[in-house]
Amino acid sequence: MITVSDLHKAFGELEVLKGIDVEVKEQEVVCVIGPSGSGKSTLLRCLNLLEEITSGTVKINGKDLTDPHTNINELRAEVGMVFQHFNLFPHRTVLENITLAPMKVKGFSEQEAKEIAQALLKKVGLSDKADEYPESLSGGQKQRVAIARALAMNPKVMLFDEPTSALDPELVGEVLQVMKDLAQEGMTMVVVTHEMGFAKEMGDRVIFMDEGVIQEEGNPAQIFDHPKNPRTQAFLSKVL
Amino acid sequence: MLDAFFNSPYIDSLPTLFQGLKMTVLITLIGLFFGFILGAIVGIARLAKSKLIRGISVVYIEAVRGTPILVQVLFIYYGLTEDLIGLSINALTAAIVAIAINAGAYIAEIVRGAVYSIDKGQSEAGRSLGLTESQTMRYIIWPQAFKRMLPPLGNQFVISLKDTSLFSVIAIGELLYMGKQYYNVTYEIFETLAMVCVLYLMITVPASIYLRRLERKLDV
Repeated sequence: MITVSDLHKAFGELEVLKGIDVEVKEQEVVCVIGPSGSGKSTLLRCLNLLEEITSGTVKINGKDLTDPHTNINELRAEVGMVFQHFNLFPHRTVLENITLAPMKVKGFSEQEAKEIAQALLKKVGLSDKADEYPESLSGGQKQRVAIARALAMNPKVMLFDEPTSALDPELVGEVLQVMKDLAQEGMTMVVVTHEMGFAKEMGDRVIFMDEGVIQEEGNPAQIFDHPKNPRTQAFLSKVL
Repeated sequence: MLDAFFNSPYIDSLPTLFQGLKMTVLITLIGLFFGFILGAIVGIARLAKSKLIRGISVVYIEAVRGTPILVQVLFIYYGLTEDLIGLSINALTAAIVAIAINAGAYIAEIVRGAVYSIDKGQSEAGRSLGLTESQTMRYIIWPQAFKRMLPPLGNQFVISLKDTSLFSVIAIGELLYMGKQYYNVTYEIFETLAMVCVLYLMITVPASIYLRRLERKLDV
């Protein structure tokens, strides 16, 4: 589904990703953990070209992101993204946040888009908030709307960039629950997270990144219970 | 006292001055209409990826902001002769074009600032959903930026309205010009200019009050 090979990313002189190779299979949930500044968010943002790729290749469903002939808008429509700070559109209602892309990108009628949106709002437990504006929602509700908005495009893979990091602790659970449901339905997911519990429970694979490289990867039991790399051990001893 | 006022040069000047006021408002509104279109295009071009497009916008903005509007209108009216550009420009057209080009530069900066002030996460969210750059601008960035433009645009309206008084140099019948015409005949200079001021204030004061209310409502 996603193949990353020898991915490098530099911001000017600063090299943030120093040769990343990752493979994500269909229906797999891959959690990326690591200290801040390790490049994990940058890696995620390269997967839908929110960051320009310095060198290396990223292929999604066989389509090469670095190939200038690839229609990047079409590709992004198949890759859902959820941001740390939600990035809901404040001037549109919850429903309008969700219907915008299906109507403008996929050409759905307003009626079709609304039906999709309402079904998704029900799924994330926010049917009663359809006509509210984002500012009246709690952080957890905002993030659930953001997930519904991404799902409305019927993506083949979902990217989560620290989706619970900006939330009050008591609101983290409701967002993680939505993500768990999604994982159980078989959605392919790449999750950058500080929620070790989620990574342990839901991750098919955990990737530990530090200093722009993948230091260690494996199934949650290997990483959390028997980390081999001293950096992984040091990181986990601080966060667990 | 009141009787003296109503049978006074103050009131007598009004029919003439109202004519001028109408012209002043007409020039301002039509000029700003085109000025806003120009400013929106240049303001967005100012944020373009292409260095050339950005460069052209900067040159226009700096050229206009760095020269007096009085020079600009003389340039358009007297400088751009029929021999030079193949069509003759009447005074009204010159006045409207001068306001449009002048305000356009300031509005471009207003537009640039407002668009730039919208959180980058908004366009990232739009792009990540598969919207094109122009769709993202149209449906996500612009509506939010437009709200933030309203107070400074109102301010620009007041500035441009007052700037039209300079156009008496090209003999267009705006408010100040009509005032001068009137006192040249009656010699009631003080009374006439006082009424000219009152008429400007009749537009600018309500505009400012409305603006302040708008700012409070939009919380910017």
